[in-house]
Amino acid sequence: MKKIVVISGKGGTGKTIFTASLTDLIPGPIGIADCDVEAANLALLLEHVDVRSRPFSGLEKAGITQDLCVGCGLCKVNCRFDAIECQDGEYTVDPVHCEGCGVCVDICPEKAIVMGPMRDGTIYLSRTSKGLMSHAELCAGSGTSGLLVDQVKKEITGEMGDEKALIADGPPGIGCPTISAVSGMDAAVIVTEPSVSGLHDLERLVRMARGFDIRLFLVINKYDLEPGMSKKVEDYASKEKIPVIGCIPFDPAVVDAVRKGIPPTRQDSPASQAIRSAYDKLAEMMELV
Amino acid sequence: MNIIVASGKGGTGKTLVAANLAYALSDQKEVLLVDCDVEEPNLHLFFPQGGYELPVTTPVPVFDADRCTGCGRCAEVCRYGAITVLKEPPPLFFEKLCHSCGGCEMSCPEGAIHEEERAIGKIRFSNPRDNIILISGILDEGEVMAPRVIAAAKSYAGGHPTTILDASPGIACPVVEAMQGADYCILVTESTPFGLHDLALAESVTRCLGIPSGVIINRFSEEDDQVTDFCRSKDLPVLMTIPFDREIARIQNTGGLISESMPAYREKFADLFSRVTSAGGFSR
Repeated sequence: MKKIVVISGKGGTGKTIFTASLTDLIPGPIGIADCDVEAANLALLLEHVDVRSRPFSGLEKAGITQDLCVGCGLCKVNCRFDAIECQDGEYTVDPVHCEGCGVCVDICPEKAIVMGPMRDGTIYLSRTSKGLMSHAELCAGSGTSGLLVDQVKKEITGEMGDEKALIADGPPGIGCPTISAVSGMDAAVIVTEPSVSGLHDLERLVRMARGFDIRLFLVINKYDLEPGMSKKVEDYASKEKIPVIGCIPFDPAVVDAVRKGIPPTRQDSPASQAIRSAYDKLAEMMELV
Repeated sequence: MNIIVASGKGGTGKTLVAANLAYALSDQKEVLLVDCDVEEPNLHLFFPQGGYELPVTTPVPVFDADRCTGCGRCAEVCRYGAITVLKEPPPLFFEKLCHSCGGCEMSCPEGAIHEEERAIGKIRFSNPRDNIILISGILDEGEVMAPRVIAAAKSYAGGHPTTILDASPGIACPVVEAMQGADYCILVTESTPFGLHDLALAESVTRCLGIPSGVIINRFSEEDDQVTDFCRSKDLPVLMTIPFDREIARIQNTGGLISESMPAYREKFADLFSRVTSAGGFSR
């Protein structure tokens, strides 16, 4: 099985549109995962029916039993995350700041603090015409997005048998959730755009990805909006020996497809043709068919 | 007045709004810009200027092999799986899994653990234009503790009367860290089902934190009125709409500022600020 993740560094470059198109073009059955758990949009482009859902709990968090607390304040003094609040002598844990380290539990002389599970999100498994898709919704403000990304990947791989490929939509950025999305994958398709921000973020993303044993491919979306910047992106890719598998033109048909809730490759347009050609190159280089 | 620019969905134009708002205000007053998108900080690309940098560090345990008896207490208390006790001391330590809670040092019965600072990012300070100060939080590539770098960047901002913060996309802990303490949140979205879906998520974060907010719809299209309907249903003012325009895209893509090259936008952004300050209940 070939495991491919679509990432970008900069947000809004067209990851989800490219991922949905890949799942549309590749012969099924495949596994599909939306690893952008903070803004999961892949399901908006892929017709699906829900198979099951389950709650997700990341790290446990501390809670203070008021009956046992004597107000000594040791927990507050020793919490590195400023997660213990004290109002009118009553100590409570702020779950947003609590990182679940358990130092307060260990230090409390009255054993008044216990760790308990927190609801951090929901994981869904759905059926699409190409195969099963796992996706998730993170609870706002949760500090467990990287763990949830890992669970979303496990949710789908646990269901997969002789499928030829796992196609995953990744999150923006280069931090915890992206590292979790990239981990264990065979290849990453980076979707970028011809802008100073796109190039800057691409460089940081590649430096992060070099820490993994993963093949990299590049797609330049809306390449014709700024041909000069596209050239700089191509020069960078060539220096880094990252194959540029596609240059997709700016095309109102793409937004039209998003509004219809379908992958752009369902309609014929210049962008759709460019995505097909990028897919053909990826399929050949990754021996997908 | 702390104004944070956030979005949920990436690439909607947060940095465009933060940079142009700061530029438009800079002929009236000094503005402090804080780049809290520490995974992919971009504000400096629109305000290129050398500056100076300070490291952001986090304490991590160092093990004294001579004192360590291999009892394994440190590995037991570590809830992040960052410590593995081997047959021979010292234990194996995975620094990227460590949250710097200090639990291992506190628990070691032999006093064999002390902490040393490890760099995870940096803060860059610059003064790129008259009346604009830029503080950028930069997470080192491969590091995961974004909220710590954001907190450090904000700590240097300390109470400046006109602070504009640029958040990262998403709705997780880095966004909450950036938003906390803000007087007003500008949510930037676009006229697509993606924009709408992610705006709803971002709005739930600002509501949770009790921060008054308003919306800017970028690449605005009359064809898609769902975002406007959503704003109406949530009582969110639409502060500004920006149409898709190849000239705006060109200026933004090449590191320019639309409020500098297109005077109408300088006025729009200055006006945006007065609307936001009155909405936030501030007279300044």
